[in-house]
Amino acid sequence: MAGLALKNIHKSFGKVDVIKGVDLTVEHGEFVVFVGPSGCGKSTLLRMIAGLEDITDGELWIGDKLCNEVQPRDRRIAMVFQSYALYPHMTAYENVGFGLTLAKTPKAERDAKIREAARILQMEHLLDRKPAQLSGGQRQRVAIGRAIVRNPEVFLFDEPLSNLDAALRMDMRMELSKLHQDLGATMIYVTHDQVEAMTLADKIVVLNGGIVQQVGTPMELYHRPANLFVATFIGSPKMNLIEVEVKETASGMITVGSQTLDPVAIPAIGAVKPGDTLTLGLRSHHLTLGGEALTGTVALVERLGNETIVNLEVAGGNALIAALDGDTTIERGSSLSLGFAPQNAILFDASGRALDEAVI
Amino acid sequence: MALTTRRSRLSTALRYALLVAVALVFVFPIVFMVMSSLKPDLQLLRDTTSFNAFLPVGDISLDNYFAAFRRAPVALFVFNSILVTSITVAVSLFLCSMAAFSFVFLNWKGRDVVLAAVIATLIVPFETIAIPLLLVVNNLPWIGPNGLTTGWLNTYHVQIVPWIADALTIFLFVQYFKDLPKDLVEAARIDGATWFQVYARVIVPISGPVIATAAILKFLAMYNQYLWPLMVTQSEAFRPVMVGLQYFFQLNVAWGEVMAYLSLITLPVLVFYLALQRAFIASIASTGIKG
Ligand SMILES: Nc1ncnc2c1ncn2[C@@H]1O[C@H](COP(=O)(O)OP(=O)(O)O)[C@@H](O)[C@H]1O
Ligand SMILES: [Mg+2]
Repeated sequence: MAGLALKNIHKSFGKVDVIKGVDLTVEHGEFVVFVGPSGCGKSTLLRMIAGLEDITDGELWIGDKLCNEVQPRDRRIAMVFQSYALYPHMTAYENVGFGLTLAKTPKAERDAKIREAARILQMEHLLDRKPAQLSGGQRQRVAIGRAIVRNPEVFLFDEPLSNLDAALRMDMRMELSKLHQDLGATMIYVTHDQVEAMTLADKIVVLNGGIVQQVGTPMELYHRPANLFVATFIGSPKMNLIEVEVKETASGMITVGSQTLDPVAIPAIGAVKPGDTLTLGLRSHHLTLGGEALTGTVALVERLGNETIVNLEVAGGNALIAALDGDTTIERGSSLSLGFAPQNAILFDASGRALDEAVI
Repeated sequence: MALTTRRSRLSTALRYALLVAVALVFVFPIVFMVMSSLKPDLQLLRDTTSFNAFLPVGDISLDNYFAAFRRAPVALFVFNSILVTSITVAVSLFLCSMAAFSFVFLNWKGRDVVLAAVIATLIVPFETIAIPLLLVVNNLPWIGPNGLTTGWLNTYHVQIVPWIADALTIFLFVQYFKDLPKDLVEAARIDGATWFQVYARVIVPISGPVIATAAILKFLAMYNQYLWPLMVTQSEAFRPVMVGLQYFFQLNVAWGEVMAYLSLITLPVLVFYLALQRAFIASIASTGIKG
């Protein structure tokens, strides 16, 4: 069946390089999410897979077929656009069936496929309406239905949920997940929203500036980000970063400290020597009450019920964000000490690359 | 509350008064034309000094119409004009919209330069190219019922072909297409449409407003053709309505007949305009896309 392989893919618009050498394999049936900030080239990469943009350089394989020069309709793909791109003069029924009509599929077969897609998406009652008479969520369904009837090897989604309101977005996210399980097809999904990426993906591809920053499962990206960009992009609240100095190195241990932080030994391996400057990354959820490593003044308390988000101003002007227990009683302006487990901390070298974790 | 209602009612009244005034300015000449066509010349000239010019008073009859038909082959002229105009409008809209489609949706080398060149021709007045064009068409070959012939004078196609490619029509379509969402085209491409299918089944059906606008403009331009058909048709058989108007100014000018003729040749324009207006509104209502 059809997986995908991208080999050293490049894209330039005139003199501007937008995609700068992407290598990627997607297994059959995988749900892959491209995530990154706006303008990083996610859509461009997806559109090259769809055949809507020429590939400047590199190879695109869909299944075992080199597809650089293949017309979009011959790639066995279907795409759902952010704007839905429904044909305004056709009913939902005609929209969903347009591809089949063009392919001269017999009427009975076409009808069966359209009704099957409508059943899966629970939109049988909408089929006679034109797009102008549908709500955003309903249009989204029609657009997905149009993709389903093509029975593609690969589904492509370009920010399909970003025009929906928050509640609907959550519902559709779950439905997409379910759809992926039911159809078992390969899906590639573009979003700038890391929560969407984390919740939907089997595999996340983090892009920045047209370069793949890291490929991995949501948990790998969360726990072992490859660099500072991924570390701060994935996870909410943002990962705390503290500049530290290497005090001492031992086998599998690097002891770091700073004005803010009492010296602590972190299990990590890297070519560093005492006196080097590193960046220490700490997730908000890994900061706990009862430690002594970091001390500061509480600048802001946000009570969310299930957890309490605390902004802590520490020495040296740094600010840390900690996610603490919901029942914690902390007052703004009070002094607070936090600790963390050394194995949860990540060290980044001067170029922003994460040091390897030492297994202990 | 009461004040605002009264004020808004007043402003509505003012607005209507203004609209009526504007409408009258446009309607009066037509009323004058139709009323005059029903009157004998003596009364017609006398009535021009009073408001009677706009009223069906005095000696009313259809005599001028019968006289007009006796003086000139009116039916032939109208037939010629409708034939030439409708073929030109249909072919021109089809080809110019396809050209615009390619300017907007297809990527080809030199596209923008060519489009700029096409738009630039808008500023060339026809009079400057009339004579060279005449020389060209006089030497062009044509294959028709009589086999291969040379020279296009005294035909229908000489009145049609030079007017098919039209920068204004292309420009109107380009502007409209540019505002359409590009991903409609992309969705259709992924759905398996060829470029022509994208044009015919996705873009054209949602282009009602621009088609109506371009059709009306082209229809009027073609129906009002005078100089070119006068140059290229020596025989009555191919002459259109505007050239036919000359017949009424030869020897003694009969104003009643002129008005009768003008009333007759205005009819097709009105019919065409009203038909398109309905299609125009229907298309907006069904797609929600405004011009
Ligand atoms: N057709 C185009 N011509 C020129 N530049 C483009 C074109 N499409 C996209 N770009 C540029 O490529 C970059 C990546 O765009 P895009 O892939 O849409 O980003 P994303 O989807 O990640 O937000 C942007 O800087 C954008 O301005
Ligand atoms: Mg995008």
